Amino acid sequence: MRMRERIGTMNTKQLSRAGEFIIEKGIICCGVATIAIVLFIFIFLLNDALPIFKTNTLWQLISGRDWYPVPDEVFGMLPLILGSALVTVGAIVIGVPIAVASAIFIGEVATPRVRELLKPAVEVLAAIPSVVIGFIGLALLAPLLQKTMNLNTGQCALTGAIMLAFMSMPTIITISEDALHAVPQDYKAAAYALGATRWQTIIGVLVPAARSGILAGIMLGIGRAVGETMTVLMVTGNAAVMPTNIQSILAPVRTLTATIAAEMGETDRYGAHYPALFMVGAILFVITFTINLVADLALRQNRK
Amino acid sequence: MMKSRNLTQTIAFAVLRAVTGVVVIPVVLVIYFLVSHGWHALSWHFLTSAPSGDLKNGGIFSPIVGTLYLVGCTIILALPLGLLSAIYLSEYAKPGPITRLVRLAIVNLAGVPSIVYGLFGYGVFCILLQLKECILAGSMTLALLILPVIIVASEEALSVVPHSFREAAMALGATKWQTTYRIVLPNAVPGILTGSILGISRAAGETAPILFTVAALYMPHLPRSIFDKAMVLPYHLFQISTQVPDCPPEIQWGTALTLLVIAVGMNVFSSILRVRFRKNRAW
Repeated sequence: MRMRERIGTMNTKQLSRAGEFIIEKGIICCGVATIAIVLFIFIFLLNDALPIFKTNTLWQLISGRDWYPVPDEVFGMLPLILGSALVTVGAIVIGVPIAVASAIFIGEVATPRVRELLKPAVEVLAAIPSVVIGFIGLALLAPLLQKTMNLNTGQCALTGAIMLAFMSMPTIITISEDALHAVPQDYKAAAYALGATRWQTIIGVLVPAARSGILAGIMLGIGRAVGETMTVLMVTGNAAVMPTNIQSILAPVRTLTATIAAEMGETDRYGAHYPALFMVGAILFVITFTINLVADLALRQNRK
Repeated sequence: MMKSRNLTQTIAFAVLRAVTGVVVIPVVLVIYFLVSHGWHALSWHFLTSAPSGDLKNGGIFSPIVGTLYLVGCTIILALPLGLLSAIYLSEYAKPGPITRLVRLAIVNLAGVPSIVYGLFGYGVFCILLQLKECILAGSMTLALLILPVIIVASEEALSVVPHSFREAAMALGATKWQTTYRIVLPNAVPGILTGSILGISRAAGETAPILFTVAALYMPHLPRSIFDKAMVLPYHLFQISTQVPDCPPEIQWGTALTLLVIAVGMNVFSSILRVRFRKNRAW
């Protein structure tokens, strides 16, 4: 009897050990699944993009100056790449100084009460759906720009850049503020002890010490701006023309993201347009992957 | 010398304050305009009747219901995988190259443009798996998109559970999984909940991933199963503000306000819950 009991308990013990083993392996699989998902997304994009290379070389695709997918099947992506670049650079020029200054104000200058009001405002900005921001751009900003700057249409690269600047600000502000916050208190105390004012401490000690974190925030903000789709689709006018000079910021452009959004719905699964759009997707993936990688390295630098 | 230093500081702080206003004032203005223009459109009739007349009349009942179905399925798909990944990172992972890669993958998943998710979802779920455009395909796409949100929030929730809780359980003879399942997880539920709400709010506002995977321009009936297409709120707003000529502005503003209330409302709700839970925490 006693023996049987012992065997019984041994069985459940062994059973629970086996169960534990299975559960642990299952959890590890789920943990590693994220790596698999990222790899799978990239491989799948490339795989579906491959047929485009039957008729075009990579160089032709990237440097081609004409995008006429229907009916000519001409897939020059340069206007789209430059369109994305123009809108993103515009957004960064407008957004980065404002965002970094706000991060300094919110993190180091504002009183705790003011900070408790400002932080939720930044969170709300991050939570507004991109299609709502696009709608606002279309309904309010585009007509305003058209009137004040006397343009043919308010739906231009500048409108997109302004909207994107606001959409990338929460990312830049949050990460920069974290980076400033992570600077050891000793640095501040040492600066004050040397007779520095608060402002001198901020600009001479805290910002330089947090620079790799701030840089990471800016990189992630750029990533956000490059990848944003609905807002640019709605407010940039969507003309796939080459931006040729700085004046082009006042003309309609079309970005990489907006091209996929506007055209994927009407493509023939077996035509050349379908793989061409997957190629655009693969290019976008590589761009954002690189940006995120650099930002991640910068953040690790900051932690050290 | 002393005076000029203080003057510099006063000027610098004033500039910083003004620049911060440039961020905050537009947010307040945008919400003010959405509420003041959209308020008139919001009525019981608008919220509970289907769109009609080429989307120029009627309400937004079917897009609201479609959005609810879609985000419901999304969270059901994303939560288990996200939670298990978070448990792996918080409880099982040892520092090393694999863990480092997993973290890098999560950062990158969060950075992939939403339209690329849409492209991927269309290619894999709609075409390769032959689901066509349907709620299941759309919610699987959205689930991938919110996975990083769920993982990061859940891991944070698990990792703040005090280490002594785990040691006490282990000392009583509990196995690793028993400790995780019976002790760590229950204490992390509030954080996981707020993270999930954040994920839902993100999924409810996204348009690009659902363009080709689920969204229907118009449907005369509500979706009947997860293999049906659905009208969805963000896509509906996109259509009536860009593709439908002469759509009455009050319908546009009303739809935009509704979407804002759903997405931002859930976000704020999640923040309030987080603060509440933190105050009431036992440790």
